Amino acid sequence: MLSSVILLGPQRHVPIVKPALETLVPPKDTRPVAAVTAGWEERELEDQELRDHVRRPVTNLEVWGRVERIFDQDPQLLTAMRQRHDTLRSVQELYRLRLDGLMEAANELFRRAGDERLLAPEREDAMAMLQQLDHQHAQRIASIHAEFDARWRPQDRTAVVRERKAIQTLLADASCLLVAGGHIAVLLHRMRLFDLLGLHGDRPVIAWSAGAMALCERIVLFHDAPPQGSSFAEVMEAGLGLARGVVALPHARRRLSSHEPRSMQVFAARFAPALCVLLDDGSRIDWRGRRWVGTAGTRCLSTTGHVEEVVR
Amino acid sequence: MTLLSEIEDAAAHGPVALDELIERTTFPHVSGRSVTFLFRGPAQEVTLHHWIHGLPGSLPFRRLHKSDAWVLQIDLPPGSRMEYKLGVAMYGRGSLIRDPLNTHAARDPFGANSVVYGDGYCPPDWTVEDPEARRGTIEDRHVDSPVFGDWRPIKVYRPARFRETRRYPLLVVHDGFDYLGFASMQTVLDNLIHRLEIPPLIALFTQSPDRMHEYAADERHADFIVQDLVPQMERILPLVRQPSARAIMGASFGAVASLSTAWRHPGFFGRLLLQSGSFVFTEIGDHDRGPVFDPVVKFTNEFRKAPGRFAESVFVTCGVYESLIYYNRSLVPLLQDTGMQVKFREANDGHNWENWRDRLREGLSWLFPGPLWLVYE
Repeated sequence: MLSSVILLGPQRHVPIVKPALETLVPPKDTRPVAAVTAGWEERELEDQELRDHVRRPVTNLEVWGRVERIFDQDPQLLTAMRQRHDTLRSVQELYRLRLDGLMEAANELFRRAGDERLLAPEREDAMAMLQQLDHQHAQRIASIHAEFDARWRPQDRTAVVRERKAIQTLLADASCLLVAGGHIAVLLHRMRLFDLLGLHGDRPVIAWSAGAMALCERIVLFHDAPPQGSSFAEVMEAGLGLARGVVALPHARRRLSSHEPRSMQVFAARFAPALCVLLDDGSRIDWRGRRWVGTAGTRCLSTTGHVEEVVR
Repeated sequence: MTLLSEIEDAAAHGPVALDELIERTTFPHVSGRSVTFLFRGPAQEVTLHHWIHGLPGSLPFRRLHKSDAWVLQIDLPPGSRMEYKLGVAMYGRGSLIRDPLNTHAARDPFGANSVVYGDGYCPPDWTVEDPEARRGTIEDRHVDSPVFGDWRPIKVYRPARFRETRRYPLLVVHDGFDYLGFASMQTVLDNLIHRLEIPPLIALFTQSPDRMHEYAADERHADFIVQDLVPQMERILPLVRQPSARAIMGASFGAVASLSTAWRHPGFFGRLLLQSGSFVFTEIGDHDRGPVFDPVVKFTNEFRKAPGRFAESVFVTCGVYESLIYYNRSLVPLLQDTGMQVKFREANDGHNWENWRDRLREGLSWLFPGPLWLVYE
């Protein structure tokens, strides 16, 4: 794992990329910083606010636009990726069917009061089944990706090779990689197509919102009060794995019922031993070689279901 | 001591005691299912006028101890909203006024009513302006209508961060100016888009100059929407030209117009939001709703004979305090039998704009689910 990864909360209202950047790259370093804003999709190039904020040369890697160009040049790959997208969606729906049942049971077990000697092992087993399901799902998705890569060999396709080389050239001179939020699946799959972290090597990375989620080992989708459907958090798939031992939860104030200890306890236990970090405005965690360290006010879920500050 | 006893006691002690009671108590006073109304002033008769189907049209207040205080207690189920006015009569002349002790009011095209919130109801947070939500824009335009031989004013809503290069779903709104004015619809759209609960969309707010006729299942109106309005807007706005990306909605007669339009042009609109539709029908004999309903009843009777699968999904809402609840409940299984996706939501509310506003989140997010689970900006 890199020793210089910083995960941040949303940047729209409380931008803190600049101070984070100053921690990792001294202000006198005049090299540009590279930015991935692919999660913003067609607004990818609307990055002026970011440029104004960091006050350093920013090279937008135009990852979203490059993939659009690849799709134009390689319709076969586009069709294959669309098919994969449909498959992923179907598998996610099937996973959700099993998840709903297990989550109902786990929530009820954690809600119920009674003889702890009887309840504790049931809770433990319910949690183990949930974790197993999440694990199986992540593996299933990984095998779909592996099958896709083996069949279509995207890394060897002319259009992809060309764009990756261009990215490599831009990255060669970059002091740091910034990964913005947005659409997590679009961001993740497009970064993965170019093996962007592989190209970037061991230089520093700063990511926020969906960008932070993408760097984690597992991507957890969540919203406790959606207007439709189930509110149980879902594993989407494995992330890029750069930020280990952490589950990034952006916009937690708006999305997570953190005032309900029982459901938070289930949430934290389900993803343990990973640290569930609430990435709200102003939140920041830094990897310090051995552990994650949060700035003042950055919160995480404790295994008792309470919200507490990340250890500083 | 119950509130009613307190009021009676204060009335017996005179005006100062009543003033003090009013000072420390919120009226109408809601406690569980019980709502207590208080009126003070010169009157020979005070009544509560409401639009709740199933209750007598006006409920009499009781005068206390020959004072100027009048009181009424009613049962109101949890989560209810009730709009009302007070009828104050003196020397054979009466007037309808808003409750002077109630600060809550709901506006509609006829003015404003007082409104009492039952236990557990509060206006949803997504109906009020969120400073974090980026605002869309509203533009006044007009549409030439060969069908009607005139032109019609409309308002076009574009979402925040609108881009010409993107393609947007379309929502056509009947009585659109009223939805904007009385159901906070721009704020609702801004908020739901900001919260990712619906995708950014373009809404066309239409307003008929003669809704009681044109919205009463008039074939010309259906043609106006499908042949004039949408094609002209598709030429100038970046819209997804597919039925699944087209929705049409309305309330009351506007719901009839929506259903009639979609049914007369099957497959054009994929999605419908029908709120408190005036879907009056007859099984036998005549209806008792007056001549303005004649074409509506004719249409609904025809529709019921052969609904067909004219769209993909239909969201139906109605207040349980409306006389139309029976007709809407009857419509739902009929729609479901066609194989369309149908969702029905009832509310403890009446035939009014805030009821329709409060159902928008569930209806719109069901018809057009947003990227809530996948976008973290």
